[in-house]
Amino acid sequence: MNQFEAKVSIRLRPSVLDPAGEAIKSAASKLGVEGINSLRIGKLIEVNLEAKDEKEAKEKIELLCDRLFANKVIENFDYDLKEVNE
Amino acid sequence: MSNFTVGIVVFPGSNCDRDMFWALEGCLGIKTKFIWHESSDISGVDSIVLPGGFSYGDYLRCGAVARFSSLINSLDDFVKTGRRVIGICNGFQILTESGFLPGALTTNKNLDFICNDCELEIITSKGSWFNSSNNKINLPIAHGEGRYFCDEDTFKELSDNDLIALRYLSNPNGSSYDIAGVINKEGNVLGLMPHPERACDGTLGGNDGLFTLKSLIEFS
Repeated sequence: MNQFEAKVSIRLRPSVLDPAGEAIKSAASKLGVEGINSLRIGKLIEVNLEAKDEKEAKEKIELLCDRLFANKVIENFDYDLKEVNE
Repeated sequence: MSNFTVGIVVFPGSNCDRDMFWALEGCLGIKTKFIWHESSDISGVDSIVLPGGFSYGDYLRCGAVARFSSLINSLDDFVKTGRRVIGICNGFQILTESGFLPGALTTNKNLDFICNDCELEIITSKGSWFNSSNNKINLPIAHGEGRYFCDEDTFKELSDNDLIALRYLSNPNGSSYDIAGVINKEGNVLGLMPHPERACDGTLGGNDGLFTLKSLIEFS
C-alpha cells in the first residue's frame, strides 16, 4: 500500500450567501484594509490515506467529498492529492 | 390506535427528545419509545420522530454525521411502507442531508441563534400534517442554522408538486422563498425548523403544535 495526502477544500456555492464571510469582510474594513471585493469562508480537510495506487486514492477521496465532506446542494469541493513517501 | 407507538430517535446530542416524549405522552396520550440511533430495528414502531438538538455536535455540517447512523440507513424501507416520519429542527437537517427531503439548511442570514415565536402560513394540505381550517399557526423556532436553501429549479419542483409545508410570514433567517418546512412527494415525510412539540400546552405559550403531532397517528 502507498501513502497519499489529500487537501480538500469545501466552499459554499457562489449562489449561497455566506453571512460569516460578510462579517469578516466588514471586520477587514474596520482593520483598515480597503479594496476587498469579496471574502468567503470555506473548510480545509487534510486526509492522509492508504491506497494501492493514485487511481484508488482518488476514488476514495471523491467518494468522501461527494457523500460526506460536502453537501452539493450548497457546497462545491476540490482537492489536491499527492503521494507521500516516508 | 391504542397500541400505536411513535419512535423518538435519540442521537448523541439530541436535546428535544424528552420534550417530544412529554408532548406525545403527556399532552396527547400517545405511546412512545426512545430508539437509540445505533438501532436498525424499527419494526415495532408505527411512526418516527427525528427530534431537535445537535446530533454529533453538528460537526462538519448539521445532520451530516447522523445520516450515516444505522437507524437512518433503515429509514428508507420504513418510509417506503408509507409510515410517517417527522424531522424537527436538527431532524429536518438530517432529513435533507440524507436525501429524504430536497434542499439544505445552513447558517442564519444574520448569524444569530434565533429563539422566538414565528407566525407561519400553512401551504400544503398534502399529508394532512396541519389543520386545514387554519391558514396560519404560531410555533417557536430555536436555531442558528435554519436557513433553508434551495435553487430555482428545486423551488419550482416544490411548488409544482405542492411540497412546501410552511412558510414564514416574516422570514427570520433568510430562508429561500420563506420556506420553513417541506414534505416528500408521497406526503409521509415532513421536515420543519419550527418546534411543534414546544407548542402543545396553552399554559406554556400555545398549542398550535398539537395537530401536527396528533397527525402522526391520525391522518387521512
